[in-house]
Amino acid sequence: MSHATPGTPGRADPEQPDPARRTQPQRVHLDNGGRAPWHPLARQAFEQALADGWADPRRLHAEGRRAARLLDASREAVAAVLGARTQEVWFTPSHTASLHTAVASAAAARRRAGTTVVASAVERAAVLHAAEHVAGPEAGPHLVPVDRLGRVDAAAMADAVRGPGVALAALQHANGEVGTHQPVGAVHEAARAAGVPLLVDAGASLGHVAVADAWDLLAADPADWGGPAGLGVLAVRQRVRTTPVGPEDEEPWAPGGVSVPLAFAAAVALQAVESDRVAQEARRRELVDRLRAEVARIPDVEVVGDPDDRLPHVATFSFLYVDGEALVTELDRQGFAVGSGSACTASTLEPSHVLAAMGVLTHGNVRVALDRSTTADDVDRFCAVLPGAVARVRDMLGVGGL
Amino acid sequence: MTPPVSDAQVTRVACVSDTLVDARGLRCPLPVIRLAAAAKDLPAGTELTVLSTDPAARLDVPAWCRMRGHVHVATREHRAEDDDDPWTGWAVTVRLA
Repeated sequence: MSHATPGTPGRADPEQPDPARRTQPQRVHLDNGGRAPWHPLARQAFEQALADGWADPRRLHAEGRRAARLLDASREAVAAVLGARTQEVWFTPSHTASLHTAVASAAAARRRAGTTVVASAVERAAVLHAAEHVAGPEAGPHLVPVDRLGRVDAAAMADAVRGPGVALAALQHANGEVGTHQPVGAVHEAARAAGVPLLVDAGASLGHVAVADAWDLLAADPADWGGPAGLGVLAVRQRVRTTPVGPEDEEPWAPGGVSVPLAFAAAVALQAVESDRVAQEARRRELVDRLRAEVARIPDVEVVGDPDDRLPHVATFSFLYVDGEALVTELDRQGFAVGSGSACTASTLEPSHVLAAMGVLTHGNVRVALDRSTTADDVDRFCAVLPGAVARVRDMLGVGGL
Repeated sequence: MTPPVSDAQVTRVACVSDTLVDARGLRCPLPVIRLAAAAKDLPAGTELTVLSTDPAARLDVPAWCRMRGHVHVATREHRAEDDDDPWTGWAVTVRLA
């Protein structure tokens, strides 16, 4: 097993592009939110853990104990970054699973207080759906509105948390779609005073910005910081009561256990991105500022989210009279991968609930998240093709002069 | 698909506003484009109502007003079961600047 590697034997090293494809222009991947390429050290760690940690960490033999040591080391490394104790950190099957079980288990432990989950209107769908599941479809979560920049009003959220029947509060560290930071510190203080636990979704933040320890439960997403998908992180303070939901299992946060190689790769990736986070934050903030300024020069565009108090790597904008699906396709054709919150790009045909809650234009939406590997040249080339791509899509709809 | 506009509906909605844009069955960004095209040659102060079955239009028409300086007057939800006119969507009224 010592030479086990992912992928097919004999396949070219993905770090070395196939010579036959070198003549083609390089693609630029700007859709890194929630699914960034693996950090090179995560690949190495994964291979090492395949060799040393393939066994079931719950078994008592030498191989099992070796896997258990890797898993413990992974929890310890994540805990150190979060400012938590090792025994407060758990791995789960995915970020969505973290949010689902965190909401359900924390709310179940406070069933006597009530079943209402107070959440900002721009929380991830997984939080809102889990909150609805707790309260029932009739009641649903208590949604606190956001302003045009996508920020929840701390005083309004504090008021809501103090209300009757509140089981749990949920507020993201920053919004992954538009980048705006949320007033997590003030809301955590209010929640604490009211005796209500606060779940912080740091899925778009951890690994990119410093995340203060203003939380009772915290979920984070390895696939967003250059670790593997198929794994989530959930931290629960020891003082927070939770009640396992679902069928009994010895590992209620990850029934059946987690993959040790994935957990180890995620932890090594987090250590790696934390080691030069401040430099990467400044570099990408400068690129995003440049991108937002260039985009704002294109006619009839709304550049959305807070211009300053925001994630360093996320930029979002909506073009009037533009079909979002057509623009994503046109940019893809020219070698640029971007995301979109427009209704026509979603399987539900509903526009992004985040853009809707902010009251900004939902059609013609483009969402960009820069990876650590994104270069200034990538951003410049994107800025150079975007105005033409927008014009072409507008021409197709015949909207000149409107 | 959306049934055609009944005469009764056109009359009833038209009488509360100067002009009506029927964008039912169209998806984003077409309802806003139809509205903008209808508004192009109309004088300031004109009230226009756009009918839409697309959930994005109910959000994007007010955003269009903000970007163009027009006034978003009202948004009314229309439910299929409300009367004998079976469509579900929104009637959004704007006043041109």
